[in-house]
Amino acid sequence: MVAHSNVTLTKADFASDQMVKWCPGCGDHGILAAVHNVFPKINYRKEDYCIVSGIGCSSRFPYYVNTYGFHGIHGRPAAIATGVKMANPKLSVWITAGDGDSTAIGGNHFMHIIRRNMDVNLIMFNNRIYGLTKGQYSPTTKQGQVTKTSPFGVIDYQLNPGELVLGVRGTFFARAIDTQSASLQTVCERMAAHDGTAVVEVLQNCVIFNNGTHQDVTDKDLREDRQLWVEHGKPMIFGKNRDKGLVMIGRSLKVVKIGEGITEKDILVHDETTEDTGIHTMLAQMRPPEYPMVFGVIRAVKKPTYNQMFEAQQEEQMAHGAIRSVDELLNSGETWEIK
Amino acid sequence: MADKNVIRKEDAVVRFAGDSGDGMQLSGTLFSDTSALDGNDIATFPDYPAEIRAPHNTIAGVSGFQVHIGKKIYSSGDKADVLVCMNPASLKSNLKWARVGATIIVDLDTFTEDAIAKAGYESSPLDDDSLSNYNVVKAPITTLTVEAVKDIFTDRKSALRCRNMFALGMIFFIFGKTTNHADDYLQTKFKNKPEVIEANQKVIRAGFNYCENVDVQETTLPRVDVETAEMPKGKYRNITGNIATAWGLLAAAEKAHLPLFLGSYPITPATDIMVELAKRKSLGAKVFQAEDEIAGICSAIGASFAGNMACTSTSGPGLSLKSEALGLAVMAELPLVVIDVQRGGPSTGLPTKTEQADLNQALFGRNGEAPCIVVAPSSSANCFNWAFEAARLALETMTPTIMLSDAYLGNGSQLFRIPKMSDFPEIHPPFATPNDPEYQPYRRDPKTLVRQWAIPGMDGLRHRIGGLEKTDGKGAVSTDNLNHEKMVHYRKEKIDRLADRLPLQEVSGDEDADLLVVGWGGTAGALKNAVSELRQEGKKVAYTHFHYISPLPKNTGDILKKYKKIVVCELNMGQFVNYLRMNFQGILFHQYNKVQGLPFEVSELKEQFNKILGE
Repeated sequence: MVAHSNVTLTKADFASDQMVKWCPGCGDHGILAAVHNVFPKINYRKEDYCIVSGIGCSSRFPYYVNTYGFHGIHGRPAAIATGVKMANPKLSVWITAGDGDSTAIGGNHFMHIIRRNMDVNLIMFNNRIYGLTKGQYSPTTKQGQVTKTSPFGVIDYQLNPGELVLGVRGTFFARAIDTQSASLQTVCERMAAHDGTAVVEVLQNCVIFNNGTHQDVTDKDLREDRQLWVEHGKPMIFGKNRDKGLVMIGRSLKVVKIGEGITEKDILVHDETTEDTGIHTMLAQMRPPEYPMVFGVIRAVKKPTYNQMFEAQQEEQMAHGAIRSVDELLNSGETWEIK
Repeated sequence: MADKNVIRKEDAVVRFAGDSGDGMQLSGTLFSDTSALDGNDIATFPDYPAEIRAPHNTIAGVSGFQVHIGKKIYSSGDKADVLVCMNPASLKSNLKWARVGATIIVDLDTFTEDAIAKAGYESSPLDDDSLSNYNVVKAPITTLTVEAVKDIFTDRKSALRCRNMFALGMIFFIFGKTTNHADDYLQTKFKNKPEVIEANQKVIRAGFNYCENVDVQETTLPRVDVETAEMPKGKYRNITGNIATAWGLLAAAEKAHLPLFLGSYPITPATDIMVELAKRKSLGAKVFQAEDEIAGICSAIGASFAGNMACTSTSGPGLSLKSEALGLAVMAELPLVVIDVQRGGPSTGLPTKTEQADLNQALFGRNGEAPCIVVAPSSSANCFNWAFEAARLALETMTPTIMLSDAYLGNGSQLFRIPKMSDFPEIHPPFATPNDPEYQPYRRDPKTLVRQWAIPGMDGLRHRIGGLEKTDGKGAVSTDNLNHEKMVHYRKEKIDRLADRLPLQEVSGDEDADLLVVGWGGTAGALKNAVSELRQEGKKVAYTHFHYISPLPKNTGDILKKYKKIVVCELNMGQFVNYLRMNFQGILFHQYNKVQGLPFEVSELKEQFNKILGE
């Protein structure tokens, strides 16, 4: 368990002396502001936060937050953070990683840290492009898109990170948007409270190399009709007039209009705690224009964390194990005396 | 043994060979442990195939276990005095390991037409004169084993599992050993299977009695009394290099008062280190089986940043995968222990065989100027001391340290005089002081150039580090050209200055030697024997063996300049000799190299040294 601060912290406690070097208008600024605001609210001791990153624009993040931080190498933040958390379970460990770090070069580590339910929080900056290397496609780039390395259009099928998280039965998956700070902060608070790997996919805009990639859901005029913010125990309703909702017909989710024979009571109620990944996966898969895109906490399931189970074994052995010192170890088993 | 038929010898080599499932490792281990308990010095070396169970009766499936016992044993020995072959394939592939005149025990029953053909013989080697230089004992091991246990096992399969014990019984007879230890072992191992204990004990005795009663005794079977060791007083145990390595790391963690963290991925022949440490949760060891080699080292780097004594264990291909992360540890200047149990390469190479060809990789295998500390143990037992030393150096100099073990040391075993932890020094990592207003992540000790270790959670020391170049002192990201050059020099100089605090290199042998023999790592046993035999023959030879590779001991150059002729011996194409040539120009080095996946033999070394002496 991470200890709470006994003094009131403010945003200023987490401001770093480093000049923020992201491009003007980059979505990363919004995520940074959200974290600066939310860390004091989470209220752990400021020395107990540790931010670990990989490589990419998003991975400069640790330098801009005055906590302990480690800027790793491409794709490996999940592996590094695993070591940090196992070495010192009393730290609140945060990973900031891009779509490349998480789903391309670091796909293996991303998958396994989630599968193990390591007790860390992972903010995935999904701008669907390699920004720091100036505009090559990533696994989350839309098929057909022209980029530096796909002059005739991307032929890779697009990866949906949420499906990956749910495919390995992640215990926490949320989605948020860089420019919608209040909801992003709420999600971050929920992540801190969650025991296990908490992943948020943040739709982040790369203003230089992939400007507007998320526009079909983030655009001011479209967003109310295309963003469905789910809340546990509440019907999944969206739309400018709050008149659209999701229902289950057969084995599929359908968008229906409330009124015309359908009432709010017919709308599916969100259950983030169900162990079954079926509906969570369907929610994560939804895309406009047929569906809205789902945001907020899609899944938050209680399951023992890797760290809890690891420490339980360790405590048991340290309390009752036969060998208590290296001297005892050296003298254990078959030995004999030469006189 | 007062019997006049008994030959007294200073040492003897026994090699057990059979199909992978024939239990040769167990026979070998029971014989070596029995000998050790009897007062012999011992060394063992398993020679097993990469396949777990290759097709029955084929060369690919042959597994061996060599035991060297005697008065003073440095290596697992060259050629066998007694070779046990449980089938034709093991004879075919192991005959080259028997000295001329050796006793070869074969299981006659297995020499069927089919098995002879499968082994690649055109006709039975027992029927022609191809074995005339050896003393062949044709024992019907299968028949007699089945016969011995016919009241216990009705199925042939269970009975056949005891064949290795028949061979063991015969070896016990030859070397005048009792069955006491084997009996104890079987009692413990199979305590819930009394029939298995009884069967195996019966078969050991059947093997022993066969030698005693059958007329092979007078005609062909030698009886050997191997001299017992003149060992320093103390408590001893048998230990493999990999277990000794694991224990050395635990010892260092205890002396540093830090939890040991091992992030690793299974790889032959290093896996046993991880397997052993995974058992040691009661000592606070945290073992993380990562999803791959990269995650292994990266988790260790994370654990090191967070204040544990972090280690990762691997073999050559794994070290390749870890290269980038190792560079990160160099840049972050974090303590990290990397154990490389070398095997034959490149690529997958010879996974179960030994080689010393990862030296260049350890010294140079990273992007940029990325020096690490490199050390190498020289015996299975001293893997304990060198793992301890590797961890001490890593922790006290905040620098990744690579220990180059190898398959020969790691899998081989030796007598180990049990040390007392009170004889080992405390380890003092350079921790930062909480709330130190002067703290800077890259502020260095002016003498050692070592930076301080501030652990997440410590008050008043929050900082960010990583793989980007740092500003001298402050540690903020910097792309300044001159700062980069300065930092590159610091990282190198920090390792060079470590040499001031390390012991000097020692030389043994003749002061006025005509030849200096140089070795490093796992070859010490054979080199020591070769030098000692040459000196007994009146040759003037000196010998020096390197454990500190980077940095080299300060007096290395002075030593090398002293001798007329120098030969550097290693199991690669000359990586250490070229490293010496690079560092000490103008000295003429001879080199002797072998890349067969096998340790040196004393005889080949002597031949080589004589040749150089005669030139």
